[in-house]
Amino acid sequence: MLIPCPLCGARDLREFTPKGAAVTLHRPDVGAGLDAWNDYLHLRDNPAGPTRELWWHGSGCGAWLVVERNTLTHEVSGARLAEEEAGA
Amino acid sequence: MRYSALQILKQGLTGNRRWERAWRKPDPKPSYDIIIIGGGGHGLATAYYLAAVHGQSNVAVLERGYFGGGNVGRNTTIVRANYGLPGNSEFYSHSLKLWEGLEQELNFNVMHSQRGVINLFHSDGQRDAAARRGNAMINQGDDAILLDRGDCRQMLPYLDFDQTRFPIYGGLYHPRGGTARHDAVAWGFARGADQRGVDLIDNCEVTGIDIQNGHVTGVQTTRGAIRAKKIGIVVAGNSSRVAAMAGMRLPIESHVLQAFVTEGLKPVIDHVVTYGMGHFYISQSDKGGLVFGGDLDFYPSYASRGNLPMVEHVMEAGMTLMPMLGKARLLRSWGGIMDMSPDGSPIIDRTGIRGLYLNCGWCYGGFKAVPGSGNCFAHLMATDRPHDAAARYKLSRFETGFGLMDEEGTGAQHNLH
Ligand SMILES: Cc1cc2nc3c(=O)[nH]c(=O)nc-3n(C[C@H](O)[C@H](O)[C@H](O)COP(=O)(O)OP(=O)(O)OC[C@H]3O[C@@H](n4cnc5c(N)ncnc54)[C@H](O)[C@@H]3O)c2cc1C
Ligand SMILES: [Zn+2]
Repeated sequence: MLIPCPLCGARDLREFTPKGAAVTLHRPDVGAGLDAWNDYLHLRDNPAGPTRELWWHGSGCGAWLVVERNTLTHEVSGARLAEEEAGA
Repeated sequence: MRYSALQILKQGLTGNRRWERAWRKPDPKPSYDIIIIGGGGHGLATAYYLAAVHGQSNVAVLERGYFGGGNVGRNTTIVRANYGLPGNSEFYSHSLKLWEGLEQELNFNVMHSQRGVINLFHSDGQRDAAARRGNAMINQGDDAILLDRGDCRQMLPYLDFDQTRFPIYGGLYHPRGGTARHDAVAWGFARGADQRGVDLIDNCEVTGIDIQNGHVTGVQTTRGAIRAKKIGIVVAGNSSRVAAMAGMRLPIESHVLQAFVTEGLKPVIDHVVTYGMGHFYISQSDKGGLVFGGDLDFYPSYASRGNLPMVEHVMEAGMTLMPMLGKARLLRSWGGIMDMSPDGSPIIDRTGIRGLYLNCGWCYGGFKAVPGSGNCFAHLMATDRPHDAAARYKLSRFETGFGLMDEEGTGAQHNLH
């Protein structure tokens, strides 16, 4: 599995740490209710097919990436910097 | 047909032509009292206990592939009751007791072998943690013995005790832990359920769950619609997909876990040995193969195969622990899809939909749970009250934060348990 880091180019899986679904980019406000926090911390779409995840390029540039990947085939179709996503 | 030594002799003398099928192959009826979705270990055990304990025999188990083709036939077969937290502690203790009587109960040789599980530790801090866990196990009524380095040297002479990274200080020994033959467990429960009237229906994928006025009424399948008053979802790695058919979003992420087996060797490893620091564990099957595994691949996956970096990592860890492993040749590797929960503990509960019950979140530890989970889930489905041993496996704990059971203290991230 190669992940196309926008800063470093296509790099081996071993350089990255997966965190899970990219929903974790959208942290609720402190005062948001139980439902919002349950959604954020626990509940997942967990799709069989295309998905968007957060990966950390820890043994490379250190950037957090949003990676588009297929959970059935392990095919990686793209990656962009999480900061662009979070800022958008 | 009852299985016995005499039966083997009798059948052998008549050319083994008269063995009966272990279970029937019925077509689905238009309706049942109870439908179990998923014919893995947990689904089959649930059906068995529904019939055997609760007298419910108008039950069907619907399996999309063949019985025992999922994780129940892919795991590394470790059976133990060495959990520390209330909730898990009593549940796994209950399950281990069921294991101990399972072969008589099912009249089926599941090859349950209580060869002992040894969890190694490598520092003073880890020794303290092991002692604490051992005490928790003893308080629960199970067994635990703290081994020092000398004991380990005697029992496990083949380990590299002086490796510089993680020198071995000792181990926590759980004599009643061990292994079982995974396929046989599925077959034994299948046969037992079938003998009590349960319909086991394979090649039958559930594609929809019918709900009217907040109450389940049946399922849509690749073999037609089937009505039911109660439905249990017991599909391990596919839990999110099936629950989505009822409009539910679960606290589950699916991940691939790999395992490995070498060519058959003479007996060399007498116990189950776990090496937490290296994410590695090993035992030897009765056929002689060294069966071992490591951690998840860590990224969500529905592909029942993993990637090479984890293969390499597991081999490296194995070599640091027992260099003799390098002489064996690897025969096969495979993967299974794990239903990872946010606190690493399972869910056995009702849902917001009446008549719909959920059993999932077993992470990579659900094989040892097969009898306990089936027993408790059957109790819940039959009586609408949780079994005492599984009363804390509530779905609502994630919503409220009350009663989370994070055995490893790694926090709410699915792939870290
Ligand atoms: C490599 C590996 C090693 C493991 N090692 C251990 C271990 O040492 N000790 C331990 O305790 N646990 C271990 N486990 C975990 C254990 O195997 C699982 O937790 C347990 O088997 C899951 O429950 P099950 O047997 O019911 O699952 P499964 O056997 O996966 O059963 C689920 C069934 O549901 C079916 N299904 C899915 N969707 C549908 C549908 N729509 N309609 C109909 N049927 C459907 C599937 O085909 C499948 O047969 C391991 C797992 C793996 C993969
Ligand atoms: Zn990078």
